[in-house]
Amino acid sequence: MAMNPMEQFAIKPLIAEPVLHIAGHPIYFTNQALLMVIVAIASSLFLTLAVKPNRLVPTRGQSMAELSYEFVANMIHSATGEDGLKFFPFVFTLFIFVLCSNFFGMVPGSFTVTSQIAVTLALACLVVGMVIVVGFMKHGIGFLKLFVPHAPWYLLILLIPIEVISFLTRPISLSVRLFANMLAGHTMLAVFAGFVVSLGAAGGIFMGVALAPLLLIVAIMLLELLVAFLQAYVFAILTCIYLNEALHLHDHH
Amino acid sequence: MELAAAKMIGAGIACIALVGAGIGIGNVFGSYLSGALRNPGAAASQTTNLLLGFALCEATGLFGLVIALIILFT
Repeated sequence: MAMNPMEQFAIKPLIAEPVLHIAGHPIYFTNQALLMVIVAIASSLFLTLAVKPNRLVPTRGQSMAELSYEFVANMIHSATGEDGLKFFPFVFTLFIFVLCSNFFGMVPGSFTVTSQIAVTLALACLVVGMVIVVGFMKHGIGFLKLFVPHAPWYLLILLIPIEVISFLTRPISLSVRLFANMLAGHTMLAVFAGFVVSLGAAGGIFMGVALAPLLLIVAIMLLELLVAFLQAYVFAILTCIYLNEALHLHDHH
Repeated sequence: MELAAAKMIGAGIACIALVGAGIGIGNVFGSYLSGALRNPGAAASQTTNLLLGFALCEATGLFGLVIALIILFT
């Protein structure tokens, strides 16, 4: 009866042989790679096909695609101002990828891509790397002023190391936030599902009691749908905030 | 003490971090509501900050949870 709630996060190769070798390391095509491919193809197909007919009166699909476009555009505009809009493709892709991975993970029996720290850390490093590149391209060496807040010099001795450390921990906090939320939510669902199974197996009066965790799973599922959207949103808005700092340093636009 | 038992106790202690997240999230939404009821006109413009504060708060608690899971499953 001991069901391991962490079992759902196991990565299994779908094809027994490695697909290719990179520097002696075998690279397998895993269930995670499959889900990432599905997410990428499904989201890009939906977004292109939904707006293809370009109707004046949008259908449900078209308005979903248009709403997501407007939503991200407004988010970037409010967080970074006018000149942040040239990063729209980057932020939109990130947002849609994270959102679709979270939502595909909610389908029972599938696999949550974002519950792997490797995936979220790669995304977060991409964001922070982008911020650093953009900052140095826009301001040159003056980008380092980001680490010098407006303060008396004797406070700067303390503040500059803090600013540097807080900048360096961004990839970790950004990735662990998404990863831990997904991991915690799915683990909780698995634990409650375990209650249902063990109560159902006990038989008799316990079969009726098993209804309670079953209903609770439905409620948690709804909560997890909210969290799935919220985490994608937070990931995207934090990307915008970091980009804003790289573009404008400390001055307010 | 056996290592396995110590691991279990350690994981339990690491989950105390979620107390702080609970207090923080309650604070975020409570403050938002009290502010929004005083000035409903300004409420809609602050939802971004609300969600951001919620996510930043929740993450700190989840760091503790991640430590607990690492202790349990490695």
